[in-house]
Parts: sequence; structure tokens; C-alpha cells
Amino acid sequence: MNLFSAIGDFSSFFFRSLFIPWQLRQSRDRIVHQVYEVGIGSLPIILVIAAFAGLVSIVQTSYQVAGTVPRYIMGMTVGRMVMIELAPILTALMVSGRCASSMAAEIGTMRVTEQIDALEIMAIDPYRFLSLPRIIGTFIALPVLTVIAELDALLVSGAYAHFFLDVPFGVFNYGLTNLFYARDFFGGLVKSLFFALVIATAGCYYGFNVRGGAREVGRAATYAVVTASILVLALDFLVALVIFG
Amino acid sequence: MIDVRNLSKAFDSLIVLDNVSFTVNDANLVVVLGPSGTGKSVLLKSMLGVLPVDRGEVLFDGRSIQNASAQDTYEIRKQVGFVFQSTALFDSLSVADNVALPLQEHTTFSSRAIRDRVCDLLEDVGMAGKANLYPQSLSGGMKRLVAVARALALDPRYLFYDEPTTGLDPVMTDKVVKLIKTLKDKYTNSGIVVTHDLSTAKAVGDQIYMLKKGRISKLTKIEKELYD
Repeated sequence: MNLFSAIGDFSSFFFRSLFIPWQLRQSRDRIVHQVYEVGIGSLPIILVIAAFAGLVSIVQTSYQVAGTVPRYIMGMTVGRMVMIELAPILTALMVSGRCASSMAAEIGTMRVTEQIDALEIMAIDPYRFLSLPRIIGTFIALPVLTVIAELDALLVSGAYAHFFLDVPFGVFNYGLTNLFYARDFFGGLVKSLFFALVIATAGCYYGFNVRGGAREVGRAATYAVVTASILVLALDFLVALVIFG
Repeated sequence: MIDVRNLSKAFDSLIVLDNVSFTVNDANLVVVLGPSGTGKSVLLKSMLGVLPVDRGEVLFDGRSIQNASAQDTYEIRKQVGFVFQSTALFDSLSVADNVALPLQEHTTFSSRAIRDRVCDLLEDVGMAGKANLYPQSLSGGMKRLVAVARALALDPRYLFYDEPTTGLDPVMTDKVVKLIKTLKDKYTNSGIVVTHDLSTAKAVGDQIYMLKKGRISKLTKIEKELYD
């Protein structure tokens, strides 16, 4: 399959999954379940990586600017770095690794064990039953996770600055809040919305297209993570170009 | 009535169904017999439009599923209960939720009505008391019974069984065969059973067809003996 037909196939899968009657009465519980799976399920790992991202950013910032600019600049630099780039991208990559693979594996297993055929024969649209809740669930959960990751990273970096770099909380917070641009925060959130769409679509797409057995299910999980990660990075560039370019 | 007309299906150069035609009359169980790998499951899935056919059509009460819109296809499928050889139960759902799924999706029944209906169906197939178990904790035969209960959920006009007794021990085979006959009498639905097992075919079938090398024909007495 060449690149263009793969992109076409992927896009048509996305539209086929989303632009259908949602039948919210039947889909509501499954959407809530996916919000829980993606959101609550990913929360511990997101808290851990966001904390380290915050620590790395404050250490790097301190290394580069300490002694050359006022100390409150550190709060501004870390804040913008976390909101614009680090929190959205790291959260998306973590959710790709955790959720896109599990979506592909779960749906792929359902494909090879005829469960998707069973849905079709029971007159239940498998796109509405399987893809829609995952895409909507990730679309709701990922921005929330991103905001949590931002708060976590900023708190940890602020604490590190206070205790180890002689930058009091008040000074760090002054730089963070007084030089805050809403565009930075919302730009990061807009990115995470786009990331959510490609992560869930990649997971579902590769799951639906599994043909064969256990080996193909494993491959689908791998392809889903690789594709989601590449698309996340590509979209990061494109959205950055539009919002911050 | 189901009217299968000149159904043909090939995978690349392998012809699986070659001008297959037969009729399933009301309140009749038709058995399609044939060795493993002859395309019996392909026939069932093609009849329901899950697999596209190369030629021919299947009419459910005069409505062609091959020429139907997506919505009409779903309407036709709602009249069919399907028991998969692999059972195809949803392993993330309990037995009760598996059986309840078609009711939750296609009816406006209250949760209580659905629960009552599920209990009745599980009792009908001899699985009362197993509602809260998950498919992975059931034996192959028990899964088959739950799959039958799920197929019956919407009170379908037609029941399709794909190898209903394959892989079961003789006791469970006997139980499933009796169940198929009982359900046919109780629900007066028509259906198709595909199997490679002649004793099952003879036990449940009103008419028996043989599928071999893509072609279908009525099973003669001599063939029955040869098959034995």
C-alpha cells in the first residue's frame, strides 16, 4: 500500500468512525468507560513523567540562564516550555504507548475471534460500538491529562527551584503568572485535542485491519504506537506553525 | 422464507461457492453438510452480507440483502440469530451482558425487563445461575449455549448455526442437538445449520444439502450411507 492510499484509508476510517449517528443512549456508557480507561488509567504514569519533565526543565533553564537574567525569568521560561510543548507532547506520547497499543490489541483480538463479525450480524455498527467511544473518550481525557501534567510539572519545578536553586516560590510564581500568555496555554490544549484524535484513530484503525492471528495482533499494536507517535510529532509541528508561527 | 439464488464466491482463484441455490421454508431447519474447509461458514456469512459475494443474491422474505441499503441490511440482520462456531462471545462482558447486548442496542426495554428476559433465555438454554460469569471461565459447550441464548435475544425469525456441535463431548453434543430441536419447536423459527457431522444433520434437519467443491445438492440416501 503506498503512502497516499494509506493516508486515504486512515482518513476514511476516521470519518467513518465519527460521522455516524452516535446513538448516545447506547454509546454513553462506553464513552464514559473509555474516558476512565484513558484518563484514570494513564494518570499515574502521566504524573511521574510530568514530574521528571518539570525537574529537567528547571535544571536546564537554571543551567542556561542563572546569573544572566532576573530569577523570575525561570518561572516564565519553565511555564511556557511546559504549557506549549512538554506537557502536551509527553502526555500524548505516553498515551500513544499505553492506549493506542491496547486499543489495537483489543480490537484486533476481537477481529480474529469473530467478535466484530458478531457485532455486524447483530446489526450493531462496529464503528459506533468500538471506534467512536475510543475516539471521543480520548478526545475528552487527553486535554484533561495535559492540564494535570502541566500543573504537576510546574509544581515540581517550582518546588525544586525553591529548595535547590534559591528561587523562592513567590519569585518563580511571579515569572510564571505575570508573563503568562493565554495563547500558550490554549495552544497546548488545542494540540492535545488533535493528538487525541490521531492516537485513538491509529489504535482502532490497526485493530480493525488485523487479518490472521496472534502475530498480526502484536504487529497491529506496534504499528498503532509507531503511527500515533509519528502523527503526534507531525501535528505538533503543524499546529505550532499555525498558532505560534 | 429465505431464498438463496445462484450465490457465487471465490477467494482469488479458489472457488468456494459456485452457483449455490436453495430455499429455507418457514418453520424449516435446513442443514448444509460438508467436510471442513468447503466453505460452509463462508456461505452463512455471505448470506448475511458480511462477506461480499461475486454473484447471486439472498432474499429474506423477498428482500435482497445484497441490494439493500446499510439500514435495510441491519433491519434484515435483526431478524437473524447467529451462533458462531467460535461462539464469538465478548470476553469483556459477563454472560448476562453478552445476552443483554442486542436488547440494549435494539429495544427500548427497561433494565429490569432486559434482566428478566436474559434470565428467561439463560434458563431456556440450561445456563441459569451462570449470568455473572465471564466467557473465559466457561467450557466450550457452555459458551455454545450462551451463544444460542444471545442469538435468541431479539426473538429472531431465523437462526443460523455454524458447526454447533464441533469440538463438544458426546454429552454436550446431545444437549445442543436437543436444544436446537426444542428451540425450533418453541420459537417456530426457520434456520440453517452448517455442520460436517451427519448424525447432527440427521437429528435436526428437515432438509439436508451437501456442499462440496463449491456446489450444493440435496443429499441422497446413498450419499448419506457413503458419508457414514
